[in-house]
Amino acid sequence: MLRFATWKIVSILAMTAFAVLVIVPSLLSPENREALIAHLPSWVPARAIVLGLDLQGGSHVLLEVDSASVTKSLIDNLRDSVRRTLREEKIAITGGIGVLQRGVQVRIPDAAERARVMPKLKQLAASAASASADGSRVPAFDVTENESGLVQFTVTEAGVSAKIRRAVEQSIEVLRRRVDALGTTEPNIQRQGEDRILVEVPGLQDTGKLKEILGTTAKLEFRLVAEPGADPSETESLDDTERPGAKLPVEKRVMVQGEDLTDAQPGFDSRTQEPIVNFRFNIRGGQRFGEVTSENVGRPFAIVLDGKVISAPRILGPITGGSGQISGRFTVEDANKLAILLRAGALPAKLTIVEERTVGPGLGQDSIDAGKRAAYVGAGLVAFYMLITYGVFGVFANIALAVHIAFIFAGLVLLGATLTLPGIAGIVLTIGMAVDSNVLIYERIREEAHQGRSILSALDAGFNRAFATIVDSNVTMFVAAAILYFLGSGPVRGFAVSLALGILTTIITAVTMTRMMITLWYRYKRPARLPI
Amino acid sequence: MKLLRLAPEDTKFPFMRFRRVSYPFSAVLSIASVVLFLSLGMNFGIDFSGGTLIELRAKSGTADIAKLRATAEHMDVGDVEVQGFGAPSDVTLRFGLQKGGDAAQEVAVSRVKAAIGDGYEIRRTEVVGPRVSGELVQSGTLGVVISIVAVLCYLWFRFEWQFAVGAIIATMHDLLLTVGFFALTRLEFNTTSIAAILTIVGYSLNETVVVLDRIREMMRKYRRMPTDQLIDLSVNAVLPRTVMTATTVFLALLSLVVFGGQVIRSFSIAMIWGIFVATYSSVFICSPMLIYLGLRSETVGTAPPAAGKLGKASA
Repeated sequence: MLRFATWKIVSILAMTAFAVLVIVPSLLSPENREALIAHLPSWVPARAIVLGLDLQGGSHVLLEVDSASVTKSLIDNLRDSVRRTLREEKIAITGGIGVLQRGVQVRIPDAAERARVMPKLKQLAASAASASADGSRVPAFDVTENESGLVQFTVTEAGVSAKIRRAVEQSIEVLRRRVDALGTTEPNIQRQGEDRILVEVPGLQDTGKLKEILGTTAKLEFRLVAEPGADPSETESLDDTERPGAKLPVEKRVMVQGEDLTDAQPGFDSRTQEPIVNFRFNIRGGQRFGEVTSENVGRPFAIVLDGKVISAPRILGPITGGSGQISGRFTVEDANKLAILLRAGALPAKLTIVEERTVGPGLGQDSIDAGKRAAYVGAGLVAFYMLITYGVFGVFANIALAVHIAFIFAGLVLLGATLTLPGIAGIVLTIGMAVDSNVLIYERIREEAHQGRSILSALDAGFNRAFATIVDSNVTMFVAAAILYFLGSGPVRGFAVSLALGILTTIITAVTMTRMMITLWYRYKRPARLPI
Repeated sequence: MKLLRLAPEDTKFPFMRFRRVSYPFSAVLSIASVVLFLSLGMNFGIDFSGGTLIELRAKSGTADIAKLRATAEHMDVGDVEVQGFGAPSDVTLRFGLQKGGDAAQEVAVSRVKAAIGDGYEIRRTEVVGPRVSGELVQSGTLGVVISIVAVLCYLWFRFEWQFAVGAIIATMHDLLLTVGFFALTRLEFNTTSIAAILTIVGYSLNETVVVLDRIREMMRKYRRMPTDQLIDLSVNAVLPRTVMTATTVFLALLSLVVFGGQVIRSFSIAMIWGIFVATYSSVFICSPMLIYLGLRSETVGTAPPAAGKLGKASA
């Protein structure tokens, strides 16, 4: 008992000093922190503790890629390519191209023509393929044909899930550009699971705007308005936002798409002073738009955003400059938002918000204050209770407790873990439980002394016998915390991290550190009897 | 300095004799918990039931709950639960899932926010769609089950099987009573409550292990002593520690209940209940179970338990 290696003392003191050093930046104001970091060598991990959204305020939005819309866009694209191929090969079909729930069908009555075009159609189905998770290419469609000339394309599960995976990746890029345009600090956008995207934006006040920006597909299309008497299978009626309630028939064929835009800026119409969005096409888009407008002078074309007609101006002459403007009944706000959306690009699929948690900055600050108060009072009560129960040994336990709390915070900073409100609760809880190890040891020492052992031998036996129990009881607690970490999310995870860290550090603080202090105390004091 | 002792020195309480009382008592409470759970059910928060929670603070003065209720009736989002929340200026609105899947929830939220008007600051909005709430239920249940199984394995490895069985029965007992507590008090049950339950499971096992450790030690020391006397001796030996630790944890939790704010209050209250139940069950449920399971001193090996157990069957 009397021997306590110097290297142990040194390393415990060094660890404590290091822990204090690590948590100092979190205690400073942001300005002082910057100043401190500027003066420290780069190997010092001078970071502030990361606060969860529930403490600093902010929005947590979970979006899900709509698999129905992914399937539909796969099918629509295939239909367009099938139509183009049949047209190019001049194949006669009966009944048009039918769109099914999970595929496309077309009837080619002539067997010879069918035989000629089948390889091309099969190639289409194969080229709609996408890379799967392991990198191999899976066909997105199965193709079948029967005697009566019916050719069917059925979308495959693998095809849809590969497409969803791609859609998630692309959406993350698009969302990042959009959220950055809002000018918020450090948004976090990441994939979650197979088909979800988590967006975390700290400190944003107007969540309505955020959700609009996240949830809008922003698919822009320029299409011709259908002429009277056009083939109904080639046209569709879309809502006309200029005349609420009315529908406008437009061609299904898309002249130019939003992806051919290179820039979009809000502005004002020089004549009417209405808010508008000015845009520029890339070379391909500009050429295509020039061709179509010169061929269709006098006809109206529709500017379609997410399946709704924003405006349908008449083509007054060929537009070959590669730029144009979108007017509609915009407010300045609308025009701004549309410009952001068009610049960031369209989402490849529809995203649905499946979970939202927003905490205002006021509540966040209140939670921090409440958590702090609970921690101070809790620690104070426990420390006082330990003091009046164990006297000088209680002081040792309390010093160990203070170091224990410093270790938890340092651990959170070093791991880059997030401190949440349940996390603070976890720390307060571990304050109550950390002293359990001390209690186990002290009670054991008392018991051993009671059975007539000398002070030194009672101290020794107390530490040694209690240690096995401390390990066993902490392992069970740690298992619960670890499982909570893997299954929980967000704030609950923060709780699990604090709890687990607290359990690990008690072994160092309550066992080793207390032992060190008692050893030094004994060597210095040589007491005649135990103070507990 | 005179030091404080909550538990008297050298107690000799005949704890094991109480098993004739504690078992029927716990059985009644457990059955009551199940009945409460099945009849009243849990007051599920939106994490599990899905729906929307909006926390408001009146910009000046106190929140007019009656007026908000009246407004809520015209929001067309189904039943809206309007409740005070801590301070008199604070109030929460809660309404259930809207028909029409995930997308419909957002529409309802904007409608409600518009109807509330400018008199209130929106402090918190939580919207959980039907799919996510279903998954949260799954992962929560899974977590509780996995943790119990994992700890069972650990105990089986470290102790005799009787100890593991006793610990699991005590833990299940604590779990049941906690569920009953949630059902009875109508405390909101949400994802932090799962955290509370898992922590209670952890704490309960912690308590149990401390007692079992001592029983095992005593069994190696006093090989001829009858099991019930031996358990009494062990429980009395760890009693000061049990009282002490329960008190420190209680103090920490009490400070969380009083000062920690509304958001984690149900968590803290449940935890306080949990430490009481866990302390009780480690003494009155788990330890007597060893007698029923036929544990004898002679069967406990002197060597580490996993080895050396074979060939020492009781004579």
